[in-house]
Amino acid sequence: MSKTIVPFGPQHPVLPEPIHLSLTVEDEIVKEAVPAFGYVHRGLEKLAEKRDFHQMIQVVERVCGICSMIHAMCYCQGLETLMNVDVPRRGQFLRVIWSELHRIHSHLLWLGLYADAFGFESVFMQFWKIRERIMDINEATAGNRVIVSVNQVGGVRRDLSPSKCEWILAELAHVEQEMKDLESTMLNNYTVKKRTVGKGVLTQEAAYELGAAGPTLRASGIAQDMRQLAYEAFDELDFAPVVETGGDAYARGVVRFRETFQSIDLVRQAIARMPQGDTFVKVKGKPEGEVVQRVEQPRGECLYYIKANKTKFLDRLRIRTPTFANIPPLAAMLPGMELADVPVLILSIDPCISCTER
Amino acid sequence: METLDITKETLIAECRRLKSDGYRFVTITCLETGETTLELIYHFDRDLELVHYRMQVLKNDPMPSLSPLFFAAFLVENEIYDQFGVKFTDLVLDFGGTLYLDDDDDITATPFCKFGVKQAEKPSGQGRE
Repeated sequence: MSKTIVPFGPQHPVLPEPIHLSLTVEDEIVKEAVPAFGYVHRGLEKLAEKRDFHQMIQVVERVCGICSMIHAMCYCQGLETLMNVDVPRRGQFLRVIWSELHRIHSHLLWLGLYADAFGFESVFMQFWKIRERIMDINEATAGNRVIVSVNQVGGVRRDLSPSKCEWILAELAHVEQEMKDLESTMLNNYTVKKRTVGKGVLTQEAAYELGAAGPTLRASGIAQDMRQLAYEAFDELDFAPVVETGGDAYARGVVRFRETFQSIDLVRQAIARMPQGDTFVKVKGKPEGEVVQRVEQPRGECLYYIKANKTKFLDRLRIRTPTFANIPPLAAMLPGMELADVPVLILSIDPCISCTER
Repeated sequence: METLDITKETLIAECRRLKSDGYRFVTITCLETGETTLELIYHFDRDLELVHYRMQVLKNDPMPSLSPLFFAAFLVENEIYDQFGVKFTDLVLDFGGTLYLDDDDDITATPFCKFGVKQAEKPSGQGRE
């Protein structure tokens, strides 16, 4: 059987963002997958040389809309380390609440897209309907549905009143119940399993060696989550990584599904244990030195390298996003798969191309 | 941030040792440090502990690729080539300066360098069709 090269993307019905794959196939079996990028590269890292370090918060929020709050949080954490700033405890809890809300709406967005990728459009609509409650919370607490822009160097710019916290908990109870209603369909349905079980298997060893991040890593049996570093208020919260051992597309879906419940629990814990007090401290001066900061985004480990020279402009800002780490595992998991499974497998890593290219 | 110094000559052997000790490759950070010099910082992780290796390099001086050892390195090494012009030898997937740029673009430029150093000749990549 002769080889054929099938171009996949950059525009494809299952791709929310543009990425291209050159798929070498024999018959219907993928033999090689070579990714290509460059459709949404914006050079945001370079912009750090022309925007002062406070303005860069708004820039890093736009690296990726879906995890914008966590990008800004990581960036601010790095600067706070360089400037020896201690964020008030209440500010740390508030950061946990908004970051976990972001994780929930990111996973719900992905669960919908994933269902759509294997043709389950009614489930797609259900997940996106549930997600609207989180978007409403974002809007009511921060003024925006997606880019909440609550972070500043030294803490957060907004607070939550007791009545607002009560309302958030009530909304999360609805989200939890609605998710439970979909649990059987998403995890036990014949069609879902037929399209995902045994597809794109990454063994534990392969996932680790290929540098996989987030749910893609944890679905292969490795209990690694940057929240174990206990940044912000995670040192006071009960938390253990969600792990599955299947290593396939199904396991990656299960991890994200279970993580949604875990994030709901973390928000509840944070609201219950959040102390009174300030939400930020005033920061004076300019950063100096270099630092590496890591956080857990919905898609996995995100690393920020910041080098500052005591001026208002940074010397260097480098962002290693989780999808960037998950591209090599994707290229490794596609060979041997049927061409019809490629869209589902690409989505199984929850690709964010805006993050990848920055 | 504590870093360990490393040289072009000792890079591969040290990274092989890290791999056998259970470290995973995280990423590489490239910085411009002067008109003719760059710095590469290699980040590795084991059990949530990061180690950083710092290497001084001359622009236009080809560097050994880590991708035969850590496949995950191919992407960031291609990115560094696009942005800073550092060539990596033995890359398992070499885009030849077109990871983000098109063949029609000026792929001899180094857009992330203040002091650009033109590549001697247009390289030929294999990654992009």
